[in-house]
Amino acid sequence: MANHPPETEHSTTHHIVPTRVYYGVFAALLVLTGVTTWIAYIDLGRFNIYVALTIAVIKASLVMLFFMHVRYSSKLTKVIVASGVFWLMIMFLMTMSDLATRGWMRVPGR
Amino acid sequence: MASHAVTDLRHHFENHDQQKDASTLGMWIFLVTEIMFFGGLFLAYIAYRTAYPDAFGAASNTLNIPLGAVNTAVLICSSLTMAMAVHSAAIGKNKLLITFLIATLVLGGVFLGVKAYEYHDKFVEHHVPGPNFDFKSEDAKHPVDPHNASLYFALYFAMTGLHASHMIIGAVIIVVLIRMAAKNRFTPEWHTPIELFGLYWHFVDIVWIFLFPLLYLIDPKNK
Repeated sequence: MANHPPETEHSTTHHIVPTRVYYGVFAALLVLTGVTTWIAYIDLGRFNIYVALTIAVIKASLVMLFFMHVRYSSKLTKVIVASGVFWLMIMFLMTMSDLATRGWMRVPGR
Repeated sequence: MASHAVTDLRHHFENHDQQKDASTLGMWIFLVTEIMFFGGLFLAYIAYRTAYPDAFGAASNTLNIPLGAVNTAVLICSSLTMAMAVHSAAIGKNKLLITFLIATLVLGGVFLGVKAYEYHDKFVEHHVPGPNFDFKSEDAKHPVDPHNASLYFALYFAMTGLHASHMIIGAVIIVVLIRMAAKNRFTPEWHTPIELFGLYWHFVDIVWIFLFPLLYLIDPKNK
């Protein structure tokens, strides 16, 4: 245990995030949970869902950037994270554009 | 020696930073597959909620919103304790690491306990899809087809169930990590299992961050 290789000496990417960052993110997440619950009771028509999703995306981004250290990660890791979201959006958008446009053309037999 | 070899730098890496970057990258690739795993259920949810918005709203209004909100807060607290556990490992405070891991385990247990209580309510109310399913829509603003409400509950149980099973697996891993920490296995140079488990735990938190508004908060203004 004691004799680690000397390479660790010139480590440059060791990021110790100050704990106040964690507490700040934690407080923001709790406040946003309260806000999303409160707003759900207000009738915004079809905008309720957009507000709820926007708040959820902000919360998820805070968790990813700070709790999951993506902000301090390598570019390669950032690309992988972005690709996950990108492929998820491909799946959602293509499926929903199919479902939304099925009625546009007359299909024989329907 | 054998146990030391685990914590040491593997020969194919130049230094600990490179080794850690490789581990982090591998964990994120796994998490991307998890995004797509949950994504399939979210897609089913989007498709059916778009098709039957009224039934989804009426069915969602049978859930206990205060309980769901409290559980969201519990999970956020467990994410904080997990982040603090990783931090403690990184600065070499082993006792603090164990304390925060235990706190995370306890908060995860509270979440699962509340979830079990909510599931119990759904069984009592016959809101579990299947032969005993019975959804009365008199309270809803517009009468809804029970079959469509049943779709909502099928997705509710599939999504929260998959999420809860991830938390149960997570709880088992925390116990293993607590045992490893008790044997002083982690150092500021090497605490990769703590780091990677932190990523997993926060990912599960993010899934719930989306599940809470999508399942509980569809239409409470018409409750």
